[in-house]
Amino acid sequence: MALFDVSGYKSHSELRGQILGTGVGHLIDRPNQQFSVPVGVDPSGFLKSCSREGGVSIDLNHGTTTLAFTFRHGVIVAVDSRASAGSYIASKEANKVIEINPYLLGTMSGSAADCQYWERLLGKECRLYKLRNKQRISVSAASKLLCNMMLGYRGMGLSMGSMIVGWDNKGPGLYYVDDNATRLSGRMFSTGCGSSYAYGVIDSGYREDMTVEEAYELGRRGITHATHRDAYSGGVVNLYHMQEDGWIKVCKEDVSELIHRYRKGMF
Amino acid sequence: IMFTTQVYGDNGKMKEYHYTGPVEHRFSPYSFNGGTVLAVAGEDFAIVASDTRLSEGYSIHSRDSPKCYKLTNTTVIGCSGFHGDCLTLTKIIDARLKMYKHSNNKSMTSGAIAAMLSTILYGRRFFPYYVYNIIGGLDEEGKGAVYSFDPVGSYQRDTYKAGGSASAMLQPLLDNQIGYKNMEGVQHLPLNQEKAVQLVKDVFISAAERDVYTGDALRICIVTKEGIKEETVPLRKD
Repeated sequence: MALFDVSGYKSHSELRGQILGTGVGHLIDRPNQQFSVPVGVDPSGFLKSCSREGGVSIDLNHGTTTLAFTFRHGVIVAVDSRASAGSYIASKEANKVIEINPYLLGTMSGSAADCQYWERLLGKECRLYKLRNKQRISVSAASKLLCNMMLGYRGMGLSMGSMIVGWDNKGPGLYYVDDNATRLSGRMFSTGCGSSYAYGVIDSGYREDMTVEEAYELGRRGITHATHRDAYSGGVVNLYHMQEDGWIKVCKEDVSELIHRYRKGMF
Repeated sequence: IMFTTQVYGDNGKMKEYHYTGPVEHRFSPYSFNGGTVLAVAGEDFAIVASDTRLSEGYSIHSRDSPKCYKLTNTTVIGCSGFHGDCLTLTKIIDARLKMYKHSNNKSMTSGAIAAMLSTILYGRRFFPYYVYNIIGGLDEEGKGAVYSFDPVGSYQRDTYKAGGSASAMLQPLLDNQIGYKNMEGVQHLPLNQEKAVQLVKDVFISAAERDVYTGDALRICIVTKEGIKEETVPLRKD
């Protein structure tokens, strides 16, 4: 049944096999679906080659600035909200932070579909880990799961730059994971096409002993100035604060209003 | 000798033709069949509308090929882009809906269909369905819901969205009329069904004036808790 095979549906008997445990536990459950690949062509260049013929232009949602930094009172995460498809702004209020569980956040930059899909899959794996091991997954392990998923598809044209932020037994955790399967632990990261601008702002204003309000303001400024100069970032700033007892969403503010506040002399 | 002529190309920009040497032409599995889709979510209704023109290059294949497809009693999907992929994708969605109904003894909700479509589209991440999808329907609480997708499955819930060839023309107009953006001192009135339907008609008439791939007729599907009502309105045929 060709339609049945291609529809991506996993039949009952296959699911039963997985639940009852056919083999040794895999590191991650293999996703339900096989990925179709164009025959005889390099997948990463395929879409670009199609885009020149007869009016066909397949534009995928892209572009961002995101930033995160740790300080004395936890981790601050700030993202913009613009999703662009080519030069068209497909969405002004895209959600670029995935709330994996009350103690874990993931940010998304690069291709929107890649980030949404793999981070949702990461959410599923974190939940399964908790059910199997009766304790929450560590930030280090969660970021490693995502990193290994990326390694499996290295060179095939995925585009994802993500930060995994959480609070576990070792304290606040911040990891950067990207589509090349780079995984770095650190105290401050910024990703996306507007990241250079954000780094300039947060590097100059960062102090380890900032108050919570100063940290919120620094995160907001970083994104705002990046959206001001980068064409592919904009919309609103979504600000999260990762604390010991979980994350809170601090605010959601339009960047045009923020930039007017910060650059009073300019306009 | 270099011969140069200036011609208007496919997307309206000036193209310069001059001999550059041998060019490789290869088979493209895709083609662009035009069409515009629109969805609006109200307090207790949702509207999905599309034009009915099917074109390719400079030709019109059909004037009666609507792009809205009914999925369940509370959900309609609009698909524009490559017609072949639209047909296959809707076939696959229908099959998955049936399987869900048989396994779970209930229809899929709009939110669940949206999440499922995202994974179906991502399954073809490396050889995408060239389809721009917009789902319109009622959520579990009976409120209007619109979900918009990109060709590989990235999606989010919106209040209104335009997709397809005239989307860049329609979206700013919807931002202004439904989202009250870029206006000052205007009262934000909630959208009622009659106003929304009239707005959709007006907006498509404007699109047909300025986009060559949009026209012929407009098919509107209005989703309420009573069911799905369809309406057809003629548009410019030129």
